[in-house]
Amino acid sequence: MGSRSSRAAVIPDVDSIRRETGFSQASLLRLYQRFRALDRSEKGYLSRMDLQQIGALAVNPLGDRIIDSFFPDGSQRVDFSGFVRVLAYFRPIEDEDTGIRDSKQPEPLNSRMNKLRFAFQLYDLDRDGKISRQEMLQVLRLMVGVQVTEEQLESIADRTVQEADEDGDGAVSFLEFTKSLEKMNIEQKMSIRILK
Amino acid sequence: DERISVFELDYDYVQIPYEVTLWILLASLAKIGFHLYHRLPHLMPESCLLILVGVLVGAIIFGTDHKSPPVMDSSIYFLYLLPPIVLEGGYFMPTRPFFENLGSILWWAGLGSLVNAFGIGLSLYLVCQVQAFGLGDVNLLQNLLFGSLISAVDPAAVLAVFEEARVNEQLYLIIFGEALLNDGISVVLYNILIAFTKMHKFEDIEAVDILAGCARFVIVGVGGVLFGVVFGFISAFITRFTQNISAIEPLIVFMFSYLSYLAAETLYLSGILAITACAVTMKKYVEENVSQKSYTTIKYFMKMLSSVSETLIFIFMGVSTVGKNHEWNWAFICFTLVFCQIWRAISVFALFYVSNQFRTFPFSIKDQCIIFYSGVRGAGSFSLAFLLPLSLFPRKKMFVTATLVVIYFTTFIQGITIGPLVRYLDVKKTNKKESINEELHIRLMDHLKAGIEDVCGHWSHYQVRDKFKKFDHRYLRKILIRKNLPKSSIVSLYKKLEMKQAIEMVETGILSSTAFSVPQQAQRIQGIKRLSPEDVESMRDILTRNMYQVRQRTPSYNKYNLKPQTSEKQAKEILIRRQNTFRESRK
Repeated sequence: MGSRSSRAAVIPDVDSIRRETGFSQASLLRLYQRFRALDRSEKGYLSRMDLQQIGALAVNPLGDRIIDSFFPDGSQRVDFSGFVRVLAYFRPIEDEDTGIRDSKQPEPLNSRMNKLRFAFQLYDLDRDGKISRQEMLQVLRLMVGVQVTEEQLESIADRTVQEADEDGDGAVSFLEFTKSLEKMNIEQKMSIRILK
Repeated sequence: DERISVFELDYDYVQIPYEVTLWILLASLAKIGFHLYHRLPHLMPESCLLILVGVLVGAIIFGTDHKSPPVMDSSIYFLYLLPPIVLEGGYFMPTRPFFENLGSILWWAGLGSLVNAFGIGLSLYLVCQVQAFGLGDVNLLQNLLFGSLISAVDPAAVLAVFEEARVNEQLYLIIFGEALLNDGISVVLYNILIAFTKMHKFEDIEAVDILAGCARFVIVGVGGVLFGVVFGFISAFITRFTQNISAIEPLIVFMFSYLSYLAAETLYLSGILAITACAVTMKKYVEENVSQKSYTTIKYFMKMLSSVSETLIFIFMGVSTVGKNHEWNWAFICFTLVFCQIWRAISVFALFYVSNQFRTFPFSIKDQCIIFYSGVRGAGSFSLAFLLPLSLFPRKKMFVTATLVVIYFTTFIQGITIGPLVRYLDVKKTNKKESINEELHIRLMDHLKAGIEDVCGHWSHYQVRDKFKKFDHRYLRKILIRKNLPKSSIVSLYKKLEMKQAIEMVETGILSSTAFSVPQQAQRIQGIKRLSPEDVESMRDILTRNMYQVRQRTPSYNKYNLKPQTSEKQAKEILIRRQNTFRESRK
């Protein structure tokens, strides 16, 4: 239909976004509509307030951190390409992606490594490449109900770091993180079916 | 010369309500027992339990040779027992996904019922032609009628069994939608065929009559829905004005729904579809208008009424099972069972093959197998069989027996095995216990995924939905919704937070331990404590039991119970915590 294809031209930089994220034209269109729907005052970008308006995120224990992940490097606005880039991590891994890839091209955003990297950054707030015991404790506090005492939480945090920590530095590096999750089906856990 | 007696016994006076109350109480006690052992609800559907209670009561009545209270007759069933069940189904239907999948649901429920009914009916007619079985006197119409009543499935009864295996939303909707519409369609078909049967001679039926029958089918269905929608809007409109007298709000909701049913039945339109449409229409507006307490009352009362109805029907079923009113015909019963399965399989795979061509997210073969296997017959089929007029159906007992056998078979065998089947088809979980690391990270990723899904929102055919939403906002909401309601959903959520809970949380010191506060102790010494396996186990238990649940995106529906309050408490805790971090971050 004529009107549908001309709408794709409205998306800024649609070709470079497609190459970077791997989304199909139809998915990008839907995401753009969602972006526009979230951007109620039609500024052309999303602020934290816009994302905080999503009611369901308010009752998600990790809501704040999820919103923060859309604003890397302390910026206060996210445009459509930034928005889509974050969502690209959750694209399901198709069979064709795991085929022979040109090794010179950068890894696709929805590869297993990149998914793990995205999850890692939810823990590692200070971006030093390691999850300290303190950071683990903070995440635990967010995710656990109020009946658990502070001592129990601290011992759980200790144990978590201890299990994964191999070089004994008291923190979990990214490699140790991936190693502790090597048996898990990350591809399925961090993929959203509708984001084909 | 009569003296005044000090004690008298008059059982006949209270017999009917007394026994009915006893039955309901017995079923409730059984349900309590059923849920006490928390693994049972996942092993078998609750309807199994109700059937067993029914059989028990039937056995008692039969054993004591008691004259049971008036058994179910046509008017009691259609006027009193059926409406609450259908109302509950319609009210708890999640509207947005329902309308997004409306095409598939109508296609499957409508056409599926028809294909099943006529398929089973015709196949059984062919079987009846075989002289050896002694079924020669069952003519085509009777077979078709039997086919229509035996194709009334009740798959919602098994939804609770595989709820914990995260069934995807589409599959859930299809099964629920089928349960909802199937009753209506079966009853319409049943009534039309009864009307046909009443025409004296089979040979009198001409092509004109058949065409009239089809036209009537469509009119009855569509007319019923229209009635329901009109009544739904009227009741939504009235709830706009009930601020000051909120105690009657539940009454309005129930009375209007019931009225839509009765009004439709007066004109021989489908009351079931009317009451369903009424519930679906008014739900959205009524929920916004009525007070929180009325909303809770409506939900609970609806569950209670439908639960009572269904219990009574199952008890009647039990009473009929244990008794002398049976006619066992091996051929008819076995072939009925076989044809039920075959035709369901044919209709599932054929109809979904077609509808998959038009869907963005087609149903996989796995999904279709689950749909096929969830074809459990329930109280609806039994009621229709029981109410067959004996004058027109001399072999009614055989039909009733066959229906009972199918119900028992599907409910028990399919109901119990569908859980393992779904779990087998679904994610094959490793049985090894996960380490604490994995537990934590898995839950984090689940929350993350749920959060990102919420950011993505729901995708659908935007055009139609947007148009309806615009129309809704511009006209409907202005008329039907009260003024002065807060627009933002977060504000209304806060309104529901109770003071008491907030006070409790402050007092237990939770609010101080936000993500930003610096702990008193500095870096702990790196003493690696040797933890015994039991310590690790108990740690893992603490973690598993206390981590917040991931928000269920798939609507969770349990036919016999309402969702417990834990998810609301969890939401309140999270909100209160985040309120604090909001404020902190703005300083």
